[in-house]
Amino acid sequence: MSPRKDLPPDPLLVPPMVKTPRRAFHLARIKRRPSLKGALIALVVVLAAGLLLPLLAQQNPYDLTSFSVMDNRLPPGETSLDGLTYWLGTDSQGRDMVSAILYGLRVSLMVGLVATAFAFAIGVSVGLTAAVFGGKVEAALMRMVDFFLGFPSILVALVLLAAIGRGVDKVIIAIVVVQWAHYARVMRGSALVERRKEYIEAAENLGYSKLRIMFRHLLPNSIAAALVVATVRIASAITLEATLSFLGVGVPVTQPSLGLLVANGFDFLMSGEYWISVYPGIALVVLIFSLNLVGDRLRVAFDARRS
Amino acid sequence: MGTFIFQRLLQSIAVLLAVSIVMFLAVYTVGNPVELLVNPEATELEREAMVHALGLDQPVWLQYLTFLGNAVQGDLGTSFVHGEPALRLIVTRMPATLELVTLSLIVASLVGIPIGLYVGLNSDATASRAVMTGSILGYSLPSFWKGMMLILLFAVWLHWLPTSGRGETVSILGFPVSFLSLDGLRHLAMPVINLAVPNLALIIRLTASGAMEAQTQDYVKFARAKGVRRKRIVRRHILRNILIPIVTVLGIEFGNLIAFSTITETVFAWPGMGKLLITSIYQLDRPVVVSYVMLITFLFVIINLAVDLIYAVLDPRVKLMEKTA
Repeated sequence: MSPRKDLPPDPLLVPPMVKTPRRAFHLARIKRRPSLKGALIALVVVLAAGLLLPLLAQQNPYDLTSFSVMDNRLPPGETSLDGLTYWLGTDSQGRDMVSAILYGLRVSLMVGLVATAFAFAIGVSVGLTAAVFGGKVEAALMRMVDFFLGFPSILVALVLLAAIGRGVDKVIIAIVVVQWAHYARVMRGSALVERRKEYIEAAENLGYSKLRIMFRHLLPNSIAAALVVATVRIASAITLEATLSFLGVGVPVTQPSLGLLVANGFDFLMSGEYWISVYPGIALVVLIFSLNLVGDRLRVAFDARRS
Repeated sequence: MGTFIFQRLLQSIAVLLAVSIVMFLAVYTVGNPVELLVNPEATELEREAMVHALGLDQPVWLQYLTFLGNAVQGDLGTSFVHGEPALRLIVTRMPATLELVTLSLIVASLVGIPIGLYVGLNSDATASRAVMTGSILGYSLPSFWKGMMLILLFAVWLHWLPTSGRGETVSILGFPVSFLSLDGLRHLAMPVINLAVPNLALIIRLTASGAMEAQTQDYVKFARAKGVRRKRIVRRHILRNILIPIVTVLGIEFGNLIAFSTITETVFAWPGMGKLLITSIYQLDRPVVVSYVMLITFLFVIINLAVDLIYAVLDPRVKLMEKTA
């Protein structure tokens, strides 16, 4: 099955809606786009919260002794027996939601970033190899890429995790399996364009080895497109992790990510105890939305520079 | 045309074979197949009988051929939990999923195409920019959380809509459907909206960028120079041309939605095949999981084939004899 190569795999890869400016891309242009600025600020805040603040959180949600079941399902603003204020309430086990969200954010970010890094490395190598070697190697690799892109990511990951079990490492494996092919396709495309240029011919005539040309010349000059795709892909990796955790095949209960926190609140939603699901979800949405927004604007800028 | 169909059919069969090998390896050779395939509550004697009956004492290639032979005859094992053929179990839950998916696609297109056209033709308007940013938000909302928020708003707080199930169904040609009764529609509303939002975002963006590009094309300039009214240009020239990629995407999305409805069905307890998959994963009901994957692969292969053919018919520029690499 060959998915149509002329169609975008997801909405954010649809050609941008901006009239192509003729000027070059400068970082200064970011400042002139308020929406990008807002998204970047939101992104930095969320990243900082996820990476730094767990150290300052008033509780360690992984440490069962640091909270009490007596405090379970308290609404936002209540105080505990020890005088702590639960600004966003507590969950069914008496965890402070603020602390749980900060730790959950860190798990979500970690899974998203590590999975993207691996998928990126594998995909870029495969795409580059296909573009450089061509012929049967290229045909075989790209058919494999088509095969992987032909199925919906959620289904492949779900079935894979059903087979190998849950765990942070396994979720990362599942995300890499469903995402590497995206990078391979983009990388091959841009490397093919780059390969026809004169400096590559010059390098070939100088007798450089294929490996050297691949990594010293072709890679740095054609990696930009794959990097832009990566911003959007991190967002979808985080969404995928959250969804898998929600469905109960993702991260383990002892290390709740944002998706798992939302799932934990599902049973209490009907009785109006909304905060257990709502707040982790908002953190998740801010993270995914700002990543997608930054990715979208970067791509607009990148496409403008290329044309 | 004949050669093209034949080529695509061969490709499709290759994909099915590849998936069957992967699934076979996943279930039969990774770990102990006896544990995976024999009900854990079986006695030692039953276990031995099963090992023999399943042919697990035979060489791997022979086991695969048996698996394949049975699969071709529609036998993909019996559910441990329900004691029914796994494939039949899935097929009986298919209409519920298909109803959800079809309605979502209809809602997404009916709302998305007009909005996308407006945005594409008025790309500088503030409203258009808001819609484009909004479409990114629509795409960013995780389906499970969005569904829960719909429940919180419309069921828990406003008490307008029911939270789960299909409601009252009416039978058409032997298939129960919900959309013909008021109660069924009330049950359908939230799941359909939940499933439609990401596709709505996709259709808006596709239509908008298509309309924007089409405006600069010579055939539009010519029509304008000829004095054709704007309304007619939009309807007869722009819309018709950008509809081709949209139809193709809708076709592909149909398959994706069947997979993604798994999440929506779980949140709204919609009794479709996606919910069955999740329950089967929890209950370690492997035959059902294997059957689901094989069936979905089969569906995908057919949808892709159909999309290719429709595309070829709609767009005369597509060369059917083209080498499909």
